[in-house]
Amino acid sequence: MNAYVGTPTSRVDGRAKVTGAAKYAGEFTAEGLVHGFVVEATIPRGRIVRLDTGEALKVAGVLDVLTHTNRPSLADKDEAWKDEVAPEGSPFRPLYDDLIRFNGQPIALVVAEEWETAKFAATLVRIDYEQDGFATDLEAERGSAREMDKPHEPRGDAKAALAAAPLRHEADYLIPTEHHNPMELYATTTVWESDGKLTVYDKTQGVQNVQKFLCGVFDKKPEEIRVLSPYVGGAFGSGLRPQYQVVLATLAALALKRSVRVVLTRQQMYGLGYRPMTIEHVALGARPDGTLDAVSHEAIAVTSRYEDFSRNDTGWAEQLYKSPNSHFSHKLVDLDVSTPCDMRAPGAATGVLALECAMDELAVALKLDPIELRLKCYSDRDQSEDLPYTSKQLRECYARGAEAFGWARRAPAPRSMRDGKELIGWGMATGVWEALQMPVAVRIVLTANGHAEVSCAASDIGTGTYTIVAQVAADALGLPIENISVRLADSTLPQAPVEGGSWMAASSAHAVLGAAEDIRQELARLAKAMPGSPLANLDAADVTLVDGMIASDGKDGAAVSIADVMRHSKLERIEKEKLNQFTEDKSHARNTHSAVFAEVKVDEELGVIRVTRVVSAVAAGRILNTKTGRSQIMGSVVWGIGMALHEETMMDHRFGRIMNANIAEYHIPVNADIHDIDVIFVDEPDSRINRMGIKGLGEIGIVGVPAAIANAVYHATGKRIRRFPITLDKLLD
Amino acid sequence: MADIADQTPERIPINLVVNGAGRTLEVAPWTTLLDALRDRLELTGTKKGCDHGQCGACTVLVDGRRVNSCLTLAVMKDGAEITTVEGLAKDGTLHPLQQAFIDHDAFQCGYCTPGQICSAAGLLAEGRARDADEIRELMSGNLCRCGAYPNIVAAIEQAMSRS
Amino acid sequence: MNNFQYSRASDVADAIRLLAADPGAKLIAGGTNLIDLMKENVERPSRLIDISRLPLRDIEETADGGLRIGALVPNSDLAYHPLIEQRYPLLASAILAGASAQLRNMASVGGNLMQRTRCAYFYDTTTPCNKRSPGTGCSARDGLNRNHAILGTSTSCIATNPSDMSVALAALGALVHIAGRTGERTVALTDFHRLPDDKPHLDTNLGSGEIITAIELPPQGFARNYSYLKIRDRLSYAFALVSVAAAIELEGNAISEARLALGGVAHKPWRSPEAEAALRGQAATPDHFGRAADLLLQGATARSHNGFKIELARRAVVRALIQATNATPQSQAHKKIA
Repeated sequence: MNAYVGTPTSRVDGRAKVTGAAKYAGEFTAEGLVHGFVVEATIPRGRIVRLDTGEALKVAGVLDVLTHTNRPSLADKDEAWKDEVAPEGSPFRPLYDDLIRFNGQPIALVVAEEWETAKFAATLVRIDYEQDGFATDLEAERGSAREMDKPHEPRGDAKAALAAAPLRHEADYLIPTEHHNPMELYATTTVWESDGKLTVYDKTQGVQNVQKFLCGVFDKKPEEIRVLSPYVGGAFGSGLRPQYQVVLATLAALALKRSVRVVLTRQQMYGLGYRPMTIEHVALGARPDGTLDAVSHEAIAVTSRYEDFSRNDTGWAEQLYKSPNSHFSHKLVDLDVSTPCDMRAPGAATGVLALECAMDELAVALKLDPIELRLKCYSDRDQSEDLPYTSKQLRECYARGAEAFGWARRAPAPRSMRDGKELIGWGMATGVWEALQMPVAVRIVLTANGHAEVSCAASDIGTGTYTIVAQVAADALGLPIENISVRLADSTLPQAPVEGGSWMAASSAHAVLGAAEDIRQELARLAKAMPGSPLANLDAADVTLVDGMIASDGKDGAAVSIADVMRHSKLERIEKEKLNQFTEDKSHARNTHSAVFAEVKVDEELGVIRVTRVVSAVAAGRILNTKTGRSQIMGSVVWGIGMALHEETMMDHRFGRIMNANIAEYHIPVNADIHDIDVIFVDEPDSRINRMGIKGLGEIGIVGVPAAIANAVYHATGKRIRRFPITLDKLLD
Repeated sequence: MADIADQTPERIPINLVVNGAGRTLEVAPWTTLLDALRDRLELTGTKKGCDHGQCGACTVLVDGRRVNSCLTLAVMKDGAEITTVEGLAKDGTLHPLQQAFIDHDAFQCGYCTPGQICSAAGLLAEGRARDADEIRELMSGNLCRCGAYPNIVAAIEQAMSRS
Repeated sequence: MNNFQYSRASDVADAIRLLAADPGAKLIAGGTNLIDLMKENVERPSRLIDISRLPLRDIEETADGGLRIGALVPNSDLAYHPLIEQRYPLLASAILAGASAQLRNMASVGGNLMQRTRCAYFYDTTTPCNKRSPGTGCSARDGLNRNHAILGTSTSCIATNPSDMSVALAALGALVHIAGRTGERTVALTDFHRLPDDKPHLDTNLGSGEIITAIELPPQGFARNYSYLKIRDRLSYAFALVSVAAAIELEGNAISEARLALGGVAHKPWRSPEAEAALRGQAATPDHFGRAADLLLQGATARSHNGFKIELARRAVVRALIQATNATPQSQAHKKIA
């Protein structure tokens, strides 16, 4: 029964969100709640030589100032600080010692009865530093880049093939540091319960990750700390790893034996994770007909001095296009900055941006239509592993997207289309992401009144998990969606990993399916046992739950109501919990794909760019909810527009300090920047990847968008901007 | 500065009419309307997204006009009528904008949503937006990081056409 | 935010008295800029004097046919006032190009004139800044200065004034009415804001105990041939890289009167008598517009990242004058630049 799956079902948490009833981490309160305000380092590297909290402590209402000298105990071993998605290295520990590792590092927490008091007193904490030499500039330090482990062996001899190629394109593409800037400030409310246990409301993408982390850091037993994040005001990767304020709020709660809330300022959020600035060097060698002889992609990215953060920037070039020779490398430059972290489509958003701009440049050099070039290099097999895909409808994405966009009407020459003083540019690009799936457990409690509660520790970070879980459960249990209540994001609920990587839709849906299956089996068993049951001769496999009935799949119309069965069995509730594990299948590659088409209009004299149309054709298996799914792709397109034209974290390398740590000068698109976005879901049945054929949508929507826009800007203006974002000054000359 | 640093800020009594109900509270001069709503009156529907007038998440209606409550001192609004997102639904029936936001999926994470809806209510009252471009421009003070803008515009158009 | 005292002024005289009584006091009306700066600890007043309830909200016609606008008229009310829309649409357009609908609802006309720079170093109390901490140096000169001034700069400061409204007011020849302990005075808007020279901590020539009571617009409103063209990094809710207020009177195809003011390029709205004189009596052609733009930008100098502003400003001036000539002023909602 598919009454809900695949339909445009409205968000089940919609009413809570439009009425203000939905509570986020910094909005829970408790008896005697007090407020912490963070004091940050103002140098990028050195040592604290004096930390005077005397003035701050004198302020009426200030309860304590926690620093590395007076804090409660924190774990010493790195292992305790490693969360489930930590990279290699030694994780940052707030208020641990006197060392300054990055500008904006938290070095004290002022705790006061009121937030305003804490914020004011924080300005009175006096710190003297011994400053060390530092480096924060990737381009200046490019020479010190060191190779990470090679993801894959090279194919053939890319160097020789490039040298011999009749046509070659080679360039650096520079993508700046970007910050997630979710609308909700990073926040934690740690509630000190009467028995000394802690209930932690945290802005996180993974409550169990944070719960395990806090138990390690504070040497607590699992039952002593419970973590919740019922609503998350956007995260986009920023909440995958525990944010430092969760440590500080909990530290203060333990120190004061009181409930403590710590909310970071927008500026302080720039001291946490970000998309690292990356120099992407792409070289393509081709024959005149557009077939590739060689692909080489080298990424050089920023990391901190204490952790090696790297992502798959180059593997996409390796996988996507047919080429007998290829070479890939990922290098890191250690700088005096905080560790980067995953940000929407990490690695792909950046790596594919460079690859797809380079492909466009190659198409221009070859005088080939950009789609034609991609079809020349099209591969039905994953080139890196030489594996078939579980499904790959990228060809269809190109066709459907091109048709919807009107690509056939494109005049190929740059500067050949215009509308008055505006040059019109049409560009396209390919998008690719992985279809990942993880073990997730779900508990379903079916009650005799025909309601079901579905619970799981997974978070809904705006992605729609509440809604798809309800849809899948409603269909599997044969109940109206109104009769399903979903509980998520509580560490005491059945196991879930962090919500990220686009894996949660497939993972949670199949866990729901598994638990519902067990409920059905149980009901079938009970139904058969009823005296005179019309289902007496049927196997459990031959019945379906539909419209509140246990019904025969056959044509006999035999059915009994779930309520009757439970009443007869004297059961008020049936509870089933199931951990779903996907069987490992290394015989196929699993990916989502997209073709993105963008129209820009560029004022020829003033350089002002308007993105007037975007068509994104996405092949991502079965779409569970066409309404929320469309929104996810649309929102990702907005991200892509920001990445292409607006977003850049700017650092003054003399101070090693971010100078636009706000959302007035760190530009993200506003309403006026966004026009028509057309989302097409290309039909992509996939019976191999998983039972329901689900692939996930969180990342694929951004990949390729910035390249399509950059290529459109080139088509409009004849100017190839390889240093992002494409601000108007780069088009004036 | 130093001479008043260790003094308790003065407490000033103010009266507000919040969502139709009279509320009396004592606030320090430095307390913003946003913090008074969230921390004192426990009306956390109004969101803090930047605290500097850069995102619009804190938008509420003061005497019928949309403003950024984060840049408004509570003490300066003594006597004012405040409408927050909690005050839009009447007797359990959603405000047409609230319903339109659900219908058009005009949000994802929901954090900017109360500000968007209050801002849109202000926009409708102003009567200055006649087409989609004008809605876009006059809603540009409300950032949405989930990128729901086209759906927000569609939702506002729906509410406009029905009002 | 620092701990401060709060007083509510009962009338203008009371505000002036309260200012005189506390040298650390500041006036607050809309608060959109002052509260922001207080939260950043850039402004640390000992007392805020709330003038938001003073009766300075009228828009009245003056004897000579101009308008007198009370200092507390909210920006949005001013932009949408029928007399402004009909007679001074350049001002309406400039106001609507700035900030957001919410901020315009809050911000007062007088407060808009008192807006401080968006220079990142001014805002960041850990970096040297002569405007915030006189004598510490200018971090922007050799730092991130893409948004900074190209005209009228000094070795002490290259900050820009962020107001859009002031650019239009400068072009329109507005006057600022000021009250103080010794009585009232009037200054031209173009003399109200200062260049940084060696005193960049002073944005304006408003005396320490003074209060803006009104803005006066002269009768000539350039309601037919005008445009406010703002160029920025995103299409709304961003400060200007360059903005142009252009206003002309045409007799046939000849320009009888011209006003040009630039925003985003200097410590104050930038006008040049030479540039405007060069347009008077000339045909309204792009060549003449280009010459006027060159004169307006005479002496422009760039630092490491803001050189583009010189050419951008030149082109924007020409475009805004074309828009003005054609009576197709830039719409602030419809983003295509005609």
